[in-house]
Amino acid sequence: MKRFLGFVKKEFLHIFRDYRTLFILFGIPAAQILIFGYAVSTDIKNAGVAFLDLSHDEVTQKLTDKIISSGFFKKTETLLNYNDIDKVFKKGKTKAVIIFEADFGKKLISEGKASLDIIADGSEPNTATLITNYTAAIVNDFTMSLAGSSLNNSVHISPEVKMFYNPELKSNFMFVPGVITLILILICALMTSVTITREKEFGTMEVLLVSPLRPVQIILGKVIPYFILSFINVLLILALSWLVFELPVKGSLILLLAECMLYILMSLSLGILISTVSKTMQQAIFISLIGLMLPTILLSGFIFPIENMPKIYDYISSILPPRYFIIIIKNIIIKGTGLFYIWKETLILIVMTLAFIGLSVRNFKIRLE
Amino acid sequence: MEKVQEKVIIAHDLVKKFGTFVANDNLNFEVYAGEIFGFLGANGAGKTTTIRILSGLSKPTSGEVKVAGFDAYHQTEQIKKNIGYMCQKFSLYEDLTVKENIVLYGGIYGMSRTLISERLRELLEKLHFEEYENRMISDLPLGLRQKLAFSVAILHNPKIVFLDEPTGGVDPITRRQFWESIYETASRGITVFVTTHYMDEAEYCDRISIMSDGKIVALDTPAELKKQYNSKSIDEVFIKIARPATQGSPPLGGLGGRN
Repeated sequence: MKRFLGFVKKEFLHIFRDYRTLFILFGIPAAQILIFGYAVSTDIKNAGVAFLDLSHDEVTQKLTDKIISSGFFKKTETLLNYNDIDKVFKKGKTKAVIIFEADFGKKLISEGKASLDIIADGSEPNTATLITNYTAAIVNDFTMSLAGSSLNNSVHISPEVKMFYNPELKSNFMFVPGVITLILILICALMTSVTITREKEFGTMEVLLVSPLRPVQIILGKVIPYFILSFINVLLILALSWLVFELPVKGSLILLLAECMLYILMSLSLGILISTVSKTMQQAIFISLIGLMLPTILLSGFIFPIENMPKIYDYISSILPPRYFIIIIKNIIIKGTGLFYIWKETLILIVMTLAFIGLSVRNFKIRLE
Repeated sequence: MEKVQEKVIIAHDLVKKFGTFVANDNLNFEVYAGEIFGFLGANGAGKTTTIRILSGLSKPTSGEVKVAGFDAYHQTEQIKKNIGYMCQKFSLYEDLTVKENIVLYGGIYGMSRTLISERLRELLEKLHFEEYENRMISDLPLGLRQKLAFSVAILHNPKIVFLDEPTGGVDPITRRQFWESIYETASRGITVFVTTHYMDEAEYCDRISIMSDGKIVALDTPAELKKQYNSKSIDEVFIKIARPATQGSPPLGGLGGRN
């Protein structure tokens, strides 16, 4: 046991001495959460909007206040004439310009209609569409409240969209489970396969095999640190998404952590399996990245819904462990379901884990013979 | 010094087959305590297979094999505790310090903490390494690393140390220094079992065996072999025996298992 602990300690030293390993372990997960949460987010929050108010009356002032106080927009500048529009877009901070025509308030009261232009920065089509939709919605809301009691002329009925589970359609809710899934399989499988092949490449594996350490101890000694660090990673990602995005875990936290452990175990055994078939670190990295990361991103349902895929991709994705784990944690985190609804996926992961371990042991023995 | 007659390795009719391929074909040899035993042969002659069997990594197909008094079929655990091993690639971790490497290997071989630190002191003193104690292996020059790797391989005072081409890719001066430490080790009674590609190194061995196509085709002291094959150097002997196809065919049979 003492021999074994010394060996585990050595593996921790390897990890903490290598800033690249540390970065991959903790830097990338944090960065991914923030990137997917903020940058790839399909919400808008504090989008820069400039105003060109040619009317300057009480109504435009109110409407401007309403738009700014909505929380989606922040006012970047007040423009004086049309020539400023191009300039302000070029500065980059402004994503849209809202223009009130002259005598906006007067027209609205006398004619019952007034026109307002929204010019959005089309170089970011997604944001542009969102901003125009949001603004239009706010303006509609405003005209309705103006019309108030007199329901005579311009009553617009806008379709009300309401979402289950994610009422505000917060897209980063959807990304967190995906990021956890991707990060764990990547770190566990990539790191373990690399650390084991590294010993092979440097010739230290031979020395270890000749030593009184048993092969099982060698593999466990290499894997245990990554198990612990990956688990810390899960806690980190959950804490980060809770603190930054206020994402609550609706279901049982214990069940969630237990499922994460199972998934970590699965990924580690996959990493060991990769290490038994690759001779060099490069090979291990290649298999992990091409064989695991790409399919996980593209086919596991992380970004593209499986329902929309051609059948053939559906079949391919059904042999990918991440597909099942995403279902499991989406259920626990977002819907709050219990084990009863996800036992099938859990069972599949357990079977896969055992299969990977079995295959690795077989490969390892062949190599030793 | 131990008696010359104590046998630390006994191989009797050792056979190792992989499917139908015979990697080791009826090997017979004995190695004595405190001896420097050279194990030569062209690539693919079956040397590595033999070393793997002797170091408990794989099991023989048939024949009797004893290492340090333990049976190579059932007592591989005990064998592993009693041998040291060093290969061509440096067996030290570059991102650990000298001290950490020694503590790690000492721990793997079940040495006590006090014994490890005692050995560490001795070793640092002997190699004039004191200032390197807390330096990373990657900071050390190649020659020092190799000396250290060797010292680590015999840290737990094994009965036998296997050196698998220990001087591959090293300059002549370092090689010479390395052989000095091999002599020193052997004089302490540790048996040195060494494979090498350098024929001049073979001359430094007490006895050498030459393998070809899975068989031991010659086994004797360097001087005796040179006499038998009428050669000036082991290099010449080696060319005569190990590559008979290109050299006419000197008689091969009957030489294995002398002594």
